[in-house]
Amino acid sequence: MRLVVDLNKCQGYAQCAFLAPDVFAMHGEESLIYNPHAPEEQRERLARAVAACPVQAITADGLEGLGERGTGSAQEAHDVR
Amino acid sequence: MTHPSMLRRITDFANRANPYPVYEELRKTPVLHEEDGPFVISSYYDIEALLHDPRISSDAVNLVDPGEDEVSGPEATGLPPSFIRLDPPEHDRLRRIANSSFGPPHRPRRIENMRGELAEIVSGLIDGLGDAREIDLVDEVAYPFPVTVICRLLGVPREDEPRFRAWVDPIVAGLDPDTRTSADSERTAQEARLQLGMYLNGLVEQRAKEPRDDMLSDLVNSQGPDGAMTTMEVLSTSVLLLIAGHETTVNLITNGMLTLLRHPEYLRRLREDPGLSPKIVEELLRYEPPVQLLPQRTCITDIEVRGVTIPKGSRIWLALAAGNRDPERFQDPDRFDPDRGDLQHLGFGSGIHSCFGAPLARLEAQIALSELARRLENPRLVEDPPPYRQNAVLRGPRHLKIAFDGLR
Amino acid sequence: MSADHLGQLRREGRIVIVGASLAGLRAAETLRAEGFAGELTLIGDEPYEPYDRPPLSKSVLLGKASPHRTDLPHRREIDAKWRLGVAATGLDLSAKRVRLADGDEVEYDRLLIATGVRARPWFKEDEARLDGVCLLRTRDDADDLYQRLKAGPRRVFIIGAGFAGSEVASACREMGIPVTVAERAGAPLVGALGGVIGAVATGLQTENGVDLRTHVTVTGLEGDATGRVRAVHLSDESVVEADVVVVSLGSMRNTEWLNGSGLGAGPRGIACDAGCRAFDFRGIVTDDVFVAGDVARSPHALFGYQFLSLEHWGNAVAQAQTAAHNMICDGADRRPHLWMPAFWSSMFGVNIKSVGVPPMGEQIMITQGSLAERRFVGVYGYKGRIIAAVSFDNTRWLEFYQRQIERGAPFPVEFPTVDRRPEGRPVDADFPDPSLPTHGPMITLSGYSPADQQLVFHPARH
Repeated sequence: MRLVVDLNKCQGYAQCAFLAPDVFAMHGEESLIYNPHAPEEQRERLARAVAACPVQAITADGLEGLGERGTGSAQEAHDVR
Repeated sequence: MTHPSMLRRITDFANRANPYPVYEELRKTPVLHEEDGPFVISSYYDIEALLHDPRISSDAVNLVDPGEDEVSGPEATGLPPSFIRLDPPEHDRLRRIANSSFGPPHRPRRIENMRGELAEIVSGLIDGLGDAREIDLVDEVAYPFPVTVICRLLGVPREDEPRFRAWVDPIVAGLDPDTRTSADSERTAQEARLQLGMYLNGLVEQRAKEPRDDMLSDLVNSQGPDGAMTTMEVLSTSVLLLIAGHETTVNLITNGMLTLLRHPEYLRRLREDPGLSPKIVEELLRYEPPVQLLPQRTCITDIEVRGVTIPKGSRIWLALAAGNRDPERFQDPDRFDPDRGDLQHLGFGSGIHSCFGAPLARLEAQIALSELARRLENPRLVEDPPPYRQNAVLRGPRHLKIAFDGLR
Repeated sequence: MSADHLGQLRREGRIVIVGASLAGLRAAETLRAEGFAGELTLIGDEPYEPYDRPPLSKSVLLGKASPHRTDLPHRREIDAKWRLGVAATGLDLSAKRVRLADGDEVEYDRLLIATGVRARPWFKEDEARLDGVCLLRTRDDADDLYQRLKAGPRRVFIIGAGFAGSEVASACREMGIPVTVAERAGAPLVGALGGVIGAVATGLQTENGVDLRTHVTVTGLEGDATGRVRAVHLSDESVVEADVVVVSLGSMRNTEWLNGSGLGAGPRGIACDAGCRAFDFRGIVTDDVFVAGDVARSPHALFGYQFLSLEHWGNAVAQAQTAAHNMICDGADRRPHLWMPAFWSSMFGVNIKSVGVPPMGEQIMITQGSLAERRFVGVYGYKGRIIAAVSFDNTRWLEFYQRQIERGAPFPVEFPTVDRRPEGRPVDADFPDPSLPTHGPMITLSGYSPADQQLVFHPARH
């Protein structure tokens, strides 16, 4: 699965690194490094990380079938401001 | 005043089962200030902004008019404030040290490695229901599960639960702004906090000598770049983690099951696809957040919110649960909809004080709810609404009676 | 354009996007998401589908990701014709045609230019060809550099201590490789963040074992008999032996293919209006050519309407979305591109983030934390207002400062903040003379003229 993190949005809450430690890791207290190509066996953990990101900074595709409807890519945070 | 004050209505127990109509009215005055009460902030964007505002303090010393507990200070209570009630740089230092025994970068797999254990604990609790066809979900699953987890994580003997329960209850009651007004309950809470600290001190002393694979051992023996915590800091951190580690999760799970039983389509979908659980839990954190408001902030200078000046030292309440239903931020905010693409919420706060245990709470709720959905046959609510706990801050049902036809 | 015309464009028009990287991909997705049903062509000079570049100098060099596995996720199906591995070589504005390197031509009704930038190569071509002299911009570059680092070189020499160079130095140190960094200015990162922050970056590098040489330039690269680089000669007459040299001298905008096209394009980029429409060289705005990403220069309301060039990931995404929206909209439905400049970097385990335009700053004050602890927020002031902020491991406060910039809040910051230290007084931000080119400041203020003048970078020679 391909993924990208918008590191402008990222504030280092590390939820992804807790929930999918083979894909995401903290480098120091606040920097996130990640593997932009998560192997298939990480599918469930990646989905948890995508949902849990407090700033909704993770976009991944190929998560179909994990509580996803539609095209399966994480949607941009909708903001009605 | 001809109408009961808004503040009273927020804390009024009669509104506990459904506080959302009160919050809706509250949002009409996004910066509410009644007489000499707190300034109550209820719109999503304002709350979010203040959680990232360096003029906002969590430290009671910055209050012009601190409550009973706050004037008493460490000498009176015996325990210094935990990092939840401190500002940087002290907050950051203590939280970093606490985190070094909990999560990445130092312990990236501590929570990940508990996943199997979490599932086993839940399975064991559900198996233990035996032939019962009607249960109180709080007593049978939603409470014992997170208590068992936090005990194992910290290294507190599970069988001591009745002992520390007696101290935790008054401490939690002391967080309720309604009971705050009573100096008695305040003193009781402080006394209980000290007792709990002393109980934990016994364990901490033991772990200092014989470290085990638990957080108490790591906290007392931490020697990272930030140095060590003092014994008092270890104790106030442990008290915080023990209480926050289960008092909120019990409500997340109970609110979760209640909400799913009220929205059976999602209960059915979760049973068929446990992969839906992360989205359900995030939407729950928005829709029924276990921490409804943060009553302990203040500002260290006059600040202006929506044209209202909040004077330095004022008490500020951030009404997270009201912000989570703010139509300015969320489409159709009163609908429970885990499929909304927009999964943000204030359920765990935000900024430097965002919930320390969030990843654990998420996993616990995901696992508990998917297992309950999978294993309970034809579950239904016995009474709706269920009876609630008194607390307006840590809001959740005291009991949740569920009937079902059997276990899968 | 009449409503009929627009409807036809949306139904069956031809849109061509030149540049198949982040901006090109996000623009294509936005076009489809907003209902464009016509023919969509993406042209890219690299033979790869759009991939992400920031991981190349971080995760990839740290061995946490494969250089060939940083493909960008797609937010939706884009049903496009891909012309990959073939560069655009020319543009005929009146015939509305893009010429390709293979001789083909592609016609368009609307064109989006998102050709980005490339790494500035070492200026002596024969030395640049030496084995072991590397650039870092593409995935092939990253693959090559990673293989060389993994092979355990005796010493890596990095020319230029901007963000990219510093990130490579950080990765080298993490791998235990001896590394020398040469910087023309007085400290790393000074072009982007000024000397006060540069001093912090200096401490970070030296404490992590980087052999940092400042106020020097590289005068030559020396090869051995087999054509491998073996040493680097510096302006202070020292010579450093190294078997890998990373040239990190910033970037060049990919606009040469537009020479003679009549667009207002040049070395500083392609000028466009707030709606991302390109200007021609006369300063007249076009209505069918749009620009997005690193190659664009666009006026920004918050910064006196100067043209800003931003080599920022977030800008590429935001500008691509705005450009795509405007390409298939009329008049009042169009949106201005009002993105707040923001970037991040990470080196030696420290998270560095910034909002606004630090190089405009005259002064800086540390409002939270401490430079010595390398955890702080610094605020830049320009003509009495807050123009930018930078954080080291303090990102959660940054959105507050962004709002201060948006509202033009006064500088110096007079209100108290938590964790204010005695050092928090305004001081000179200490940017190098702006007339001297620095190594990739990533934000370039380029005046008010939509027609780009030739401004050529000449590395100093001694």
